[in-house]
Amino acid sequence: MTGIVALYIFMLAAFTGYEVISRVPVILHTPLMSGSNFVHGIVLVGAMVALGAAQTPLEKTIGFIGVLLAAGNVVGGYVSTERMLEMFKSSQDKRKGGRA
Amino acid sequence: MSALSPSLTHELIQAVYFIAALLFIVGLKRMSSPKGARGGIVWAGLGMLIAGLITFLWPGMRNDILILVAIFIGGVAAWWSGKRVSMTAMPQMVALYNGMGGGAAAAIAGQELVRGQPIASAPAVLAVTGAIIGAVSFSGSLIAFAKLQGLIGKSLRYGAQQAVNSVLLLATLALGGWIVALHGAGPLWMVSAFFALALAAGILITLPIGGADMPVVISLYNACTGLAVAFEGFVLANAAMIIAGMVVGAAGTLLTQLMAKAMNRSLANVLFSNFGESALQGTEVAGTLKPIDTADAAVMLAYAQKVLVVPGYGMAVAQAQHKIWELCQLLIERGVTVRFAIHPVAGRMPGHMNVLLAEAGVPYDLIGDLEEINGEFETADVALIIGANDVVNPVARTDKSSPIYGMPILNADRAKNVIVIKRGKGAGFSGIENALFYLDNTRMLYGDAQKAGAELIQAVKALD
Repeated sequence: MTGIVALYIFMLAAFTGYEVISRVPVILHTPLMSGSNFVHGIVLVGAMVALGAAQTPLEKTIGFIGVLLAAGNVVGGYVSTERMLEMFKSSQDKRKGGRA
Repeated sequence: MSALSPSLTHELIQAVYFIAALLFIVGLKRMSSPKGARGGIVWAGLGMLIAGLITFLWPGMRNDILILVAIFIGGVAAWWSGKRVSMTAMPQMVALYNGMGGGAAAAIAGQELVRGQPIASAPAVLAVTGAIIGAVSFSGSLIAFAKLQGLIGKSLRYGAQQAVNSVLLLATLALGGWIVALHGAGPLWMVSAFFALALAAGILITLPIGGADMPVVISLYNACTGLAVAFEGFVLANAAMIIAGMVVGAAGTLLTQLMAKAMNRSLANVLFSNFGESALQGTEVAGTLKPIDTADAAVMLAYAQKVLVVPGYGMAVAQAQHKIWELCQLLIERGVTVRFAIHPVAGRMPGHMNVLLAEAGVPYDLIGDLEEINGEFETADVALIIGANDVVNPVARTDKSSPIYGMPILNADRAKNVIVIKRGKGAGFSGIENALFYLDNTRMLYGDAQKAGAELIQAVKALD
């Protein structure tokens, strides 16, 4: 990937992120922060590739720590976001039930 | 490892990463509206799953067992802690998981830099920059976690703090610049010192920041981790990392601004001012605190036309949201109009209070945010404040010398009567005395929110 292509990706992704969030209601701020926390867990993929290329014990140790931390980011981010959003579902369902 | 030719495998992996990036963006988009929010995390999760699985096909991958073991340990630990933790502790868990992501980004850079192979200048700059941001986000998030968890009580503050932090950051940048000048192939001591300095910077920057500002800081570190991931993605030529990281970086920055704005503080103010310190001198407030007993409070609530409930962190720590909702349901049955007024920074994070109320089953349409509901206090018979303090303090409107002057507040003082459920007589998180509590129409109901809620329920039931 050439530098200029990467630069385009940087720019467009930044605008996308800004746009996606700009109209979010306050009630979803915490779940959304948690959700975006999950999304940067994609670092797991990079950590896997890095550990996959590790040769010396030092590289392997650093790589291992990287994958371990990234896996924690992914799983923890998913579980906490899911738990928060789960509550919104139950409240909406209750509301539907309450109005029937 | 794969039966496909290397180039075809490469294409396949890129294609899957592309789909994953798409799923992340769609997922985040859905998460920003209440209707699709739950689907959103599933979409994003699907993207993560396919991206993770396809990476095992990466040409020339070694250490498969090590990778699996690391994923297993990290994943199980996070799963266990994430499932176990109570809803009130969610903010610090987000900080913890976010710190882990930052640490992973720093580790990728670290591995790249200890290899001793020369790297081109653009990737070297981004690897080093990502390493600094990732490491600061890692150690800073751990401090944020420790603070919210109550592991660190006092904020560390000393005279030349700003100077020390600046010197530390400059030294980190200088070492990083040196490593770039050596084409990313600096000696081991240099790389180690570089990371040690960056980690120390994260700790020392975060230590003096008061607990009330932590949500903003966590959100900022969340954005930082995204940025670090994007930079390391460039180093590894991984488009999925660049896109996902950058989207989070931008979204997180906006979210941080929204939060800081809700507290009427600039980001620089949050990071570099010693909030709370100057507030301790406080101003004397005229008047007395007037207690009320449960029975009187119950009568006041039960015979009101309209009650506005203002929940705060005190309700969250007491886990009182279920009891309070039960009380409100009783009032609604009696024909009282009940609504919840949520300040943007009520609790420890924007939206934190909404999550807790949703957990208790409070319907959506009873919850109003600041702008929407603030005009309604004038027509409310009772404003019921539960463990909220600074967000209803009228000095934010009136006293220019107050540190919270200018912060938008809920105008609870304009209600005909105010009942405050509060554990003790202490000041709020900012250390400022609350003038609302001393008003003529304010009554204090001392006690833990959970217990007070239960007693109020009994008292309201006893009225019939």
